[in-house]
Amino acid sequence: MAMRPALLLPEIVLFLGALAALLGGSFLPRTRQWVTRVVAAAALVLAAAMAAVALAGPTAVAMEGSFTVDPTTGVARLVATLGALVVLALAADEIDGSPRESETYALLLLSTTGTLVLAGADDLLVVAVGFLLTSVPLYGLIGITGTAVAAEAAMKTYLLGALFGILLLAGVTLLYGVSGTTSYAGLADPLAAAPRAVVAAGVVGILGGLLFKAGGVPAHFWVPDAAQGAGGAVAAFLTTVPKIGAVLAAYRLVAALPDTLAWPLLVAVLAVASMTVGNLAAYTQTDPRRLLGWSTVSQVGYLLVPVTVAGRSDLALPSLLLYLAGYTVTNLAAFAVTTAFPRRRELSAYRGVGRRYPWLAAALVVALLGLVGTPPTAVFVGKLTTTAAAWDAGDAWLAVLVLLNTLASLFYYLRWIAPLYARPTAEHPEDGDPPAPWSRWTAVATANLSVLVGVAAGVLWAVATA
Amino acid sequence: MTVLSLIVFLPLLAAVALVAVPRLGDGAARWVWVAVAAVDLLLVAAVWLVYEPPGPGRLAFEERVPWIPGVDSSYHVGVDGLSLPLMAMTTVVFLACAVFALRDEDRPRTRAALFLFLQSVSLGLFAAADLILFFLFFDLSIVGMYFVIAGWGHGDRGRSAMKFFLYTFLGSLALLAGFIGLYVAAEPHTFDMVELARQTPLDGSPTAGGLVLAAILLGLAVKTPTVPFHTWLPPAHTDAPAVGSAVLAGVLLKMGTYGFVRIAMPMLPEAWRAWAWVVVVVGVVSVVYGALVALAQTDLKRMIAYTSVNHMGYVVLAVGAAGIVAEGSEQARSVAVTGAVTQMVSHGIVTAALFLMAGVVWDRAGTYNLGSFGGLAGTAPRLATLFAVGAFASLGLPGLSGFIAEFQIFAGSIAVAPVTAVALVGILITAALFLRALQRLFTGPTRGASRGFGDLRPAELWAVAPLLALSLLIGVLPRPLLGVVEPAAEVVVQLVGR
Repeated sequence: MAMRPALLLPEIVLFLGALAALLGGSFLPRTRQWVTRVVAAAALVLAAAMAAVALAGPTAVAMEGSFTVDPTTGVARLVATLGALVVLALAADEIDGSPRESETYALLLLSTTGTLVLAGADDLLVVAVGFLLTSVPLYGLIGITGTAVAAEAAMKTYLLGALFGILLLAGVTLLYGVSGTTSYAGLADPLAAAPRAVVAAGVVGILGGLLFKAGGVPAHFWVPDAAQGAGGAVAAFLTTVPKIGAVLAAYRLVAALPDTLAWPLLVAVLAVASMTVGNLAAYTQTDPRRLLGWSTVSQVGYLLVPVTVAGRSDLALPSLLLYLAGYTVTNLAAFAVTTAFPRRRELSAYRGVGRRYPWLAAALVVALLGLVGTPPTAVFVGKLTTTAAAWDAGDAWLAVLVLLNTLASLFYYLRWIAPLYARPTAEHPEDGDPPAPWSRWTAVATANLSVLVGVAAGVLWAVATA
Repeated sequence: MTVLSLIVFLPLLAAVALVAVPRLGDGAARWVWVAVAAVDLLLVAAVWLVYEPPGPGRLAFEERVPWIPGVDSSYHVGVDGLSLPLMAMTTVVFLACAVFALRDEDRPRTRAALFLFLQSVSLGLFAAADLILFFLFFDLSIVGMYFVIAGWGHGDRGRSAMKFFLYTFLGSLALLAGFIGLYVAAEPHTFDMVELARQTPLDGSPTAGGLVLAAILLGLAVKTPTVPFHTWLPPAHTDAPAVGSAVLAGVLLKMGTYGFVRIAMPMLPEAWRAWAWVVVVVGVVSVVYGALVALAQTDLKRMIAYTSVNHMGYVVLAVGAAGIVAEGSEQARSVAVTGAVTQMVSHGIVTAALFLMAGVVWDRAGTYNLGSFGGLAGTAPRLATLFAVGAFASLGLPGLSGFIAEFQIFAGSIAVAPVTAVALVGILITAALFLRALQRLFTGPTRGASRGFGDLRPAELWAVAPLLALSLLIGVLPRPLLGVVEPAAEVVVQLVGR
């Protein structure tokens, strides 16, 4: 057991990149703040490269066994850093030259670092640290534009985050209290012998905190508000990247629990609640970003399915990683379309986009149908394998509920697709505001990538099961 | 990259090219579509010429590339006597649509790309030998048709397209649930069709087998469609463009019936035998109900749409009868299955021709109402002739392809289960409704919308006439087709009888 900080190089690089962006920003004039974006992007690329190198290496533990560097962490690092890189591309349109530009980049990097800490955490205290490092920058990011809705969303997020953060810490305390350790490796045996009510309370508290981070029911109330109120790039970030760390942390936690608890049922109930509530609430939305916010709540439900069957099916972990990768790229593609048209804040405002900007419209169609789970996109492969994992573990009912919810979700995604190819009207002329360039090509690139990841799913699967 | 993959993906490549090269003019785009469809047809014809029956449990022109090895799903394609005729029918129908659309003005480049995409998807489905690959094409066919209806339809197209998408997507998810059930039951887990048909993983577990079969049947029944899952079909057809309807009825409906003989029967034989009577009853109800409702229509296109429910009912009836296993009935059951596959091919080409002609009627008159016409034979003799041939082919007149199919279906089914003779009423009603439609459209004094009605233009003629000529050819010389279908039908019957 040693510290071996070299294993944490990607996280360290991101952290230093954040500091560099913050410091650099204070010495640069407003018109030259883009330099900090380049710095941030360089840090992300470097971290991704290091993660790829580490992925080829053997599994190792760092920080005296509290942080694991295995293929799971490796995939999470790659997906999170590349996801944050896409968010930076969206930011190039939106916050270029805005008053808080370099601070935004710094906070994005810090939050991404926290996500990576969560993804590799093998210790309850590290989970707590990762939670705070992911959440605190988010509060600032959501409110950074300073508009009234952003302030409200930031407040809501902060209050919920504080509540669930306390629950998480209380849960950690309880589990530590009955087991005498916070390390997953030594957790199972003492917990099996401990009073079950205490263990259950502790696990519920920790899962609550992680669900807040992931944006799942019952800690989801901030997601639609933040998706709607924050800036577009930030909205894309907060509905995507933090989930990677939170869901994987939940997976590692439940995999370390003893069988004395019915935690699979608890997670299954939370999964079903998330997918159902998210879908039902998305039905009536007219603001595309709020709709996507609710849609991400339902996606968390699907992401929790492999967590439910952790350890009971060989498919669970690789399918989860595949789903995370697919979800990240697909969700970012959908958000990229909304940042390409920052002023179109109604579904009806997308009328005729398909005739004028066929590539962008096609990207949106691919992204939305991808979120439904249409083959051959990445989310389809993720949904297929997670569903198969649930059934494989004997939870056929859960698989059926996933498919039913998938059907239910199709309706509101179609509500956004339908106007794209409708004939323009006087109210929504064909030559509405033109799309922002960075977002436009980011949307097309990520939509293409979502299909490619699906077609090349076998490769990713091999990496995840290495 | 074998010839089969080339056949499947050539239209898709052309579609991508059409989208990516915006400088291509509309006229060029239309001809590219025709050319690619023609090349694809020639390729299928070439495959047909060198095709040899592969024997039980094997496929000709097989190709397999790992896709998701973790769940043992691969890009696995191949043909046998069930899929090759349907692939041939698909390429014929799409070529007819390409020719028919040579005169259309509404965003032809995009539409050509969309139809080429649909062609790839349809061919891919019939060639697929992996459940996930099958599902992929199944789902994409829905997506493609949604955009055809929503983008090029008329009337309340947005609503119809939405209904079509949601309803058929429900079916596809039921299908996927069944596929996952098969996968989990198989040991080792696999999505490979050939392997699953060899394993028949759910034999011996009647409850699980019944539930998985129910999910798969639900999915296929929605797509086929059978009563009571047919309600998406009439609005979708009514509001779809002519070429869209031709592809929807001609090709996409066959994906459902093809699933019965390709997936449900070989992979779940025990459950199929247990529930064969249910399938037979659903088939009979579809036949009679579809015919009666078609009889009641005053709208030409809805009438043709409901005859599809009736014609697909014959197929369902036949495959159901094939599951009623009795001593010494193999011969009869394989005749029924042969009839079912022949019916898929026959209905594909005939109904495509009828829908294209309905499109001509809409183009000239802006209405499908049978009561608005009369005496069309005077103003449009070519249309009248071809429509009469199409109607006779559809109602099963000897000498045309429908007769070959329906005769075999009834010969096989009645031998196994005499009660299926009830469905003969369907043929009678269909004959009546087509004769009445012919009468109202073409005979009598020229009146209403028939005045100044322009007869078939060359493009329309060259789209419709070859389809009907092919129906006549199959009706007169069925051997080449039956020679391919029969060995495969015998294999299916053997597999169900296990």
